[in-house]
Amino acid sequence: MKNIIGRKVGMTSVFTADGRSVPVTVIEAGPCSVLQRKTVEKDGYDAVALAFADAKKSRLTKPQAGRFKTAALPPKRFIREFRANIEGVEPGATVTVAEFQEGDRVDVRGVSKGHGFSGGIKRWNFSGGGASHGSMIHRQPASNGDTNAGHTHRGSRRPGHFGVDRTTHQNLEVVRADAERNVLLLRGPVPGAPNGIVSISATVKRNKRTAGGTA
Amino acid sequence: MNVIDLIEREQERSNIPGFRPGDTVKVYSRVVEGGKERVQMFEGVVTVRKGGSSGESITVRRVAHGVGVEKSFLLHSPRIERIEVARRGIVRRSRLYYLSEKIGKGARIKEKKAVR
Repeated sequence: MKNIIGRKVGMTSVFTADGRSVPVTVIEAGPCSVLQRKTVEKDGYDAVALAFADAKKSRLTKPQAGRFKTAALPPKRFIREFRANIEGVEPGATVTVAEFQEGDRVDVRGVSKGHGFSGGIKRWNFSGGGASHGSMIHRQPASNGDTNAGHTHRGSRRPGHFGVDRTTHQNLEVVRADAERNVLLLRGPVPGAPNGIVSISATVKRNKRTAGGTA
Repeated sequence: MNVIDLIEREQERSNIPGFRPGDTVKVYSRVVEGGKERVQMFEGVVTVRKGGSSGESITVRRVAHGVGVEKSFLLHSPRIERIEVARRGIVRRSRLYYLSEKIGKGARIKEKKAVR
């Protein structure tokens, strides 16, 4: 089962066997325990709930503690559900980085960094106006669209709250999976700041290199 | 210790001689040409040494056929075969960007003689 929960540690670069330097994100992933198996009959959908990082029992609410009690597992801090590639996974089992291999392609879900209330330039990559020569439009969003319409089109890109969204970065290559240290190295960036919790699963993209993408 | 530090430390190599900007070095690097691998030597003055741990890099400058050539190398890259120090120089800055504006006599660097 190629699903796991991890904590983003940060970025660095590593050398590959053929001598290239590759930018990687270091993720401390697992071991996760399988907390619950959700089924269509009982819950309306199929999923597996994984739990990650030990927690004090006193830190959990009673409903949370109850879930761990049902599964007869020690309490954990983070619970995430996965809906793909979950055949034959039973509650109580442990999921580790060993499920992943070098060269696998994965999708990483996390919460992106918060940018607060941001303007159009940062939030939507607007170009912005001239800095000088009498330009009075510097970082303003300028026109909001067609004046004939008489109203602003819905969904037009405006300044507003940016970041802290659930974000997926698809199709990242696993550069190294270190089962001894429970560490995954993924090529490129993943959403969120260091210490953020991310869910990692086999990619939904169909790859030429890794046939099917799932597995 | 942080996992990142561990990963970086693993990749560091120990056979790098001590040298500083201003020194002249010979860098032997592996290059792949037409499916074949060979070792290429590049000799010149180290103008920049920057970064730390496994990401450390150097910039080496030489004048080839009257044209200034600068090449940067990742110090810990497995593509670097070895590095030799050919000459120690006396300089007063850590980044020798001024060399690129000087030609001929002005671009000389005094040699540091070994102390007996």
